[in-house]
Amino acid sequence: MTLLYLGRRLAQAVFVLWAAFTLGYGVLYLLPSDPVEIMLAGGTSGESSATPEQVAALKAEFGLDQPLPVQYAKALWSAAHGDFGHSVQTGASVSDSILEALPETLKLTGLAFVFSLAFGLLVAFGGTYPRWPAVRQAVLAIPPLAVSLPTFWVGLMLVQVVSFQWRLLPAIGNEGFESLVLPSLTLAIPIGALIGQVLARSILTALEEPYVETARAKGAGRARIHLRHVLRNASIPAMTVAAAWAGQLLAGSVVVETVYSRSGIGRLVVDAVGTQDIPLVQGLVVLSAVAFVSVNLLVDLLYPLVDPRVTTSRAGVAA
Amino acid sequence: MLTVLSLGLPCFSCRQEMLVPVRSPFLVLATATALVLAGCSSAGDGAAEAGPPQSGGTLKFALAVDPTCLDPQQFGLNASLNVGRQIVDSLTDQDPKTGEIKPWLAESWTVDDAATSFTFTLRDGATFSDGTPVDAAAVKTNFDAIVKLGAKAQLAGTYLAGYRSATVVDPKTVRVDFAAPSAQFLQATSTMSLGLLSASTAAKTAEQRCQGDLVGSGPFVLKKYTPNQGVTLARRTGYAWPSSLAEHKGEAYLDGIEYKIVPESGVRTGTLQSGQIDGATDIPPQDEARFDGNGFQLLVRGNPGIPFNLAANTSKPILADEQVRLAVQKALNRTEIVQTALSDKYRSATSALAKSTPGWNDQSAALKFDQDGAKKLLDADGWAPGPGGIRQKAGRKLSVDVIYNLAFPPSQTILELAQQQLKAVGIELRLRQLTTGELTAAQATGDFDFLWFNVTRADPDILRTIFSTKYANRSQLKPGPLDTALDQQVATLDDAKRTQSVAEAQKLIVTDHAYQIPIVELSQVIGLSEKVRGLRFEASSRLSFYDTWLGK
Repeated sequence: MTLLYLGRRLAQAVFVLWAAFTLGYGVLYLLPSDPVEIMLAGGTSGESSATPEQVAALKAEFGLDQPLPVQYAKALWSAAHGDFGHSVQTGASVSDSILEALPETLKLTGLAFVFSLAFGLLVAFGGTYPRWPAVRQAVLAIPPLAVSLPTFWVGLMLVQVVSFQWRLLPAIGNEGFESLVLPSLTLAIPIGALIGQVLARSILTALEEPYVETARAKGAGRARIHLRHVLRNASIPAMTVAAAWAGQLLAGSVVVETVYSRSGIGRLVVDAVGTQDIPLVQGLVVLSAVAFVSVNLLVDLLYPLVDPRVTTSRAGVAA
Repeated sequence: MLTVLSLGLPCFSCRQEMLVPVRSPFLVLATATALVLAGCSSAGDGAAEAGPPQSGGTLKFALAVDPTCLDPQQFGLNASLNVGRQIVDSLTDQDPKTGEIKPWLAESWTVDDAATSFTFTLRDGATFSDGTPVDAAAVKTNFDAIVKLGAKAQLAGTYLAGYRSATVVDPKTVRVDFAAPSAQFLQATSTMSLGLLSASTAAKTAEQRCQGDLVGSGPFVLKKYTPNQGVTLARRTGYAWPSSLAEHKGEAYLDGIEYKIVPESGVRTGTLQSGQIDGATDIPPQDEARFDGNGFQLLVRGNPGIPFNLAANTSKPILADEQVRLAVQKALNRTEIVQTALSDKYRSATSALAKSTPGWNDQSAALKFDQDGAKKLLDADGWAPGPGGIRQKAGRKLSVDVIYNLAFPPSQTILELAQQQLKAVGIELRLRQLTTGELTAAQATGDFDFLWFNVTRADPDILRTIFSTKYANRSQLKPGPLDTALDQQVATLDDAKRTQSVAEAQKLIVTDHAYQIPIVELSQVIGLSEKVRGLRFEASSRLSFYDTWLGK
């Protein structure tokens, strides 16, 4: 792959980050409420007894008293240097808060991704390989069902049965691998189902291709054809889906982390949005944009490795 | 998705058992206490069969919301205060049963007649966990630092409103002077919001303190705080200066406390029931029965302060009409609301103050369900029946809105019931559920007819904070006799005089003018495993773990 291609992709990524930052800023600024007032209300509906002077002093401290373009320019300049300021609600540095929460969410989404790939492969294989049509049909009916189950419901059911009734795994907290299993499973179900469905469909399409006939004519066994020839050709659409859904892992963590009482990026998002904590929300928006951009870039770079017919640029061919 | 998330959000509160009027013996020392308040039981009252208290063990306790900021001087969230109470001590303590102020770090105190100057004599030997003494200089440093925190120290700042200075008379004696009478200050010294932190803590930034850089003199010390995950406390070795109201002396029984943040209420009750934790706050009404016996116990207490109510914005054309407000007061069936939306752990409001507040005065005659009375008031006021069953007058529909959030999840059901009950007399109540942010914005701009809220405080001065025309005055009242009554009660610590002014204020607010439509008192409903003993509520219905121990 060429440097030119990478350069172009990086420029695109920077643009996407800027657009996400700016859009986020605009939306938050348009909201009618005021982050300082929310902080002073202390998350309750109680009376804020702060004097107008005290409120003004706090607004000045967070730079909220300046005109919008100045606020925006300052925020953008600092953000470009990796400084998102301090959370209005807790006063903690935004970067610190995010860096503290990020490992927890990475563990969760990482394991969830492994689970969803395993689930997806199982469904795709089970829905295309068995000789009995009834089995294939039954397996292929799983994805639509799994996708339509709301994540919070799946989470609550798993907690009820596995944790509260069987008492096998903890229902809450971030401690140890055991606490990671149920939330990852919950998160993996809809994504794994989608990967499975797309993969199964492209396997079925690929099975009709002439090269399968050729392979069969050359005496390749069913399993070899399925795993070696067809799966590889069929995996490109599934990879695209997986990339798009990597973003969903982040979104899903909002629900899953709440249900399983885990700390992490999802919980941070809930708090930040609820209290209109502009600096923190901005940090999180940029984080999500970075995640999307890098996963997509990674997948684009992986395509040619899987299928040599895909090239990364018009000029160059991956060697 | 957002509705699901909000299921498990904050803080329940209020209710108690028996109320017997008695005279407080300490006329000068006690805040307006004409009542024996809240005969609230502590956990494991049948301690006889459990044997003597045992030391040891770590208690796992679930909170419904993240404390966000651990500094008790800065943050007023129930979750923060339920942690903060264990790490700071206060000058005084308030008896939850009588409302009287009792010695803690201060052995004794005197107050001048004008209620502007308070002199405290400190006990010997108390130290912060960094080894520095709890002396007069430390008290001064704390109060000065709170004033400097400004708006960031919400509750504490209100308690110190009008603070002029603190003077170190000698190492054991400190005098606190106010520019104006501040009778509420004595009760305020019993709260964790004015709990004492070491001089090294006072020197830290507000942010560092929020994140847990706190050194107190309390029976537990802070070990670790991970936002959205939990707080770990450990026993303070050598602790020997508990409140005079505590049931034992010396160190706390528990080795430590692990607070877990569990926002989803179904998960909170499930983890408790499956034995993964020992206790949890905010047990929803529908789950109470699961923890009443069967190896569990419920610890319940009504919150003092302002009950949940519809606060009228009297600058709005319809609610400026006193007859409409009085009709709303009569049209609501509070008993039905409590029975349907809550449980017998909650109590209908009976006044502008909740029953467990010192100075509470019964106004329930004006709050009796009287549909015919409400209709008559509206008829006489010229509101004629109109289309859709909603009355109208001079072309204007009798339609008002209420703004609220789901900080207390049953609010939705309560307001829906109120909506039906008002419809029955021809008043339309439009429900406007808002996010916290939208709610504060609407309050600031006055864009509402009714505001649904409650406030916890174990002193009747809370009425002045809410209804005085000299503060935020969200109800948009005009200066008048109510201001006079509110100013009188804060100018005296004479029990009889203060009680009289506070009673007058409650009558004006509820019975005479219906500025406020009180509906239901908040209750704290705590679920506990039966092995948890000696957990008790302090006077503001926050938890104290000092006497708590784990039985078999």
